[in-house]
Amino acid sequence: MAAADSVEPVRPEEIKAIPVRHPGRWVAAAIVLFVGVALGKSVATNTRFQWGVVRQYLFTHQILHGILVTVELTVLAMTIGIALGTVLAVMRLSPNPLVSGSSWLYIWFFRGTPVLVQILFWYNIAALYPRLSLGIPFGPQFIHFSANTLIKTFVAGVLALGLNEGAYMAEIVRAGMISVEEGQTDAAQSLGMTRLLTMRRIVLPQAMRVIIPPTGNETISMLKTTSLVSVIALAPPELLGSVQDVYDRTYQVIPLLLVASIWYLVITTVLTIGQYYLERYFGRGATRELPETPLQRFRRNLRLRPEYE
Amino acid sequence: MVRAEGVHKSFGRLEVLKGITLVVARGAVVCIIGPSGSGKSTFLRCVNHLEKIDSGRLWVDGKLVGYRQVGDKLYEQRDAEICRDRAEIGMVFQRFNLFGHMTALENVIEAPIRVKKVPKRHAVGQGRELLARVGLGDKLDNYPAQLSGGQQQRVAIARALAMTPKLMLFDEPTSALDPELVGEVLEVMKSLAFDFNTTMLVVTHEMGFAREAADRVLMMDDGRIIEEGTPEHFFREPSEDRTRQFLSAIL
Repeated sequence: MAAADSVEPVRPEEIKAIPVRHPGRWVAAAIVLFVGVALGKSVATNTRFQWGVVRQYLFTHQILHGILVTVELTVLAMTIGIALGTVLAVMRLSPNPLVSGSSWLYIWFFRGTPVLVQILFWYNIAALYPRLSLGIPFGPQFIHFSANTLIKTFVAGVLALGLNEGAYMAEIVRAGMISVEEGQTDAAQSLGMTRLLTMRRIVLPQAMRVIIPPTGNETISMLKTTSLVSVIALAPPELLGSVQDVYDRTYQVIPLLLVASIWYLVITTVLTIGQYYLERYFGRGATRELPETPLQRFRRNLRLRPEYE
Repeated sequence: MVRAEGVHKSFGRLEVLKGITLVVARGAVVCIIGPSGSGKSTFLRCVNHLEKIDSGRLWVDGKLVGYRQVGDKLYEQRDAEICRDRAEIGMVFQRFNLFGHMTALENVIEAPIRVKKVPKRHAVGQGRELLARVGLGDKLDNYPAQLSGGQQQRVAIARALAMTPKLMLFDEPTSALDPELVGEVLEVMKSLAFDFNTTMLVVTHEMGFAREAADRVLMMDDGRIIEEGTPEHFFREPSEDRTRQFLSAIL
């Protein structure tokens, strides 16, 4: 035995086995390839796509301005939505039944009616309340506005999208806050932190990890939902409204819808990338190591390659 | 330092504390043992006013916990007052409860900076010192998820100490740890007891720690303190059957 111990154990030879064949995979790959080629050929050769028209309008001033309005609508509506959603979520978790109940009622109403209907409502608000005023109910009024001058189409669009979004964001924020262990609050309070400080420094930052992914989703969804605002004829119009204005003149419907789709895709791609880095930032501490950025992964692959040669 | 008189606490219909009366002197180390569900942890949480007591009185350092007494009337404390009192009591939890989004050092300096308004530079210096004291001088920038259970619990102790508390509460600090990691946490606690003379109220099943460090041991069962004495008393001749039964089960 002692002799055997002193000898280096011989490493058994490497396993050389015949790999399992997967004919199904080959068939599937062939089908996918066939469909892909067929689609590609039709897109490239069907002249009715009118790619020339697409190219002609892609960077025109009118379209680019439409993008600007779309982005503005998205940013403003999401800002309102996130702020309102956070307030509603905190209200929903309040021990006061009137406070949590009113939050519930808000979410029930704004989530329960179509956003297109809400957009039309805000657009026609002057029919419901011709004059808006600031004051005490049944008491004196301080300032009066005409609804038509205060709520222009752009404001109507932002309000409709933002107030609707608030209802969805409320549920997302609430889910995030619930996901933070109660022990975190215990620990913060035992250190003498106030409720507000605990919420701001301990609970919300950790809730962010749960809140960010669906919020990114909501932002991307909002970007596309802004196209609904085209029904109330914004001036100047957003992206879809802009291409509609063009094809109402030229009747080149398909190529201009392609222009709009291309730009929506470009912006959602940018948003997706932004979301990845935001998630990475708020994920710190949740995993042992931060996930690499695509750039880091690329560099690592470059560096590793020689070792495999 | 801690005085309790007839403390009662119920959760709904379940009465968890059925009249707790005890005194913990300044600098004393008192261990509370007893089966799970006997109310040990609840009592500890009451001392920190993480739970409200239903009847009886509870004082920490001569001040009533959670209330102000004016004449014979009791007024509930405001949030700010509760927080000020809590800031003077350190607490260590069974599940560590380190802030997951902060590094070890950030965990330790958060409350001094935000609650006590200590200048950041000063807090960082003190935080490094404390982490070095619990043997984690090289883990300042690690997140809790990158630390072992024993290391996390030592960070949690440093975090509590950073507020220079008058009283430290330990709620089963080693129960969630792998057996081989228990020792390092107990060492830190012993050092607090012997070298720094900290007043400590410790809920634990570590009889070895109780024997070495405790001045007094309390046995709780079903919401009451059923036996009280020196650690030696508990090892030699516990008087209650229930105590004997419990000790033979855990030793």
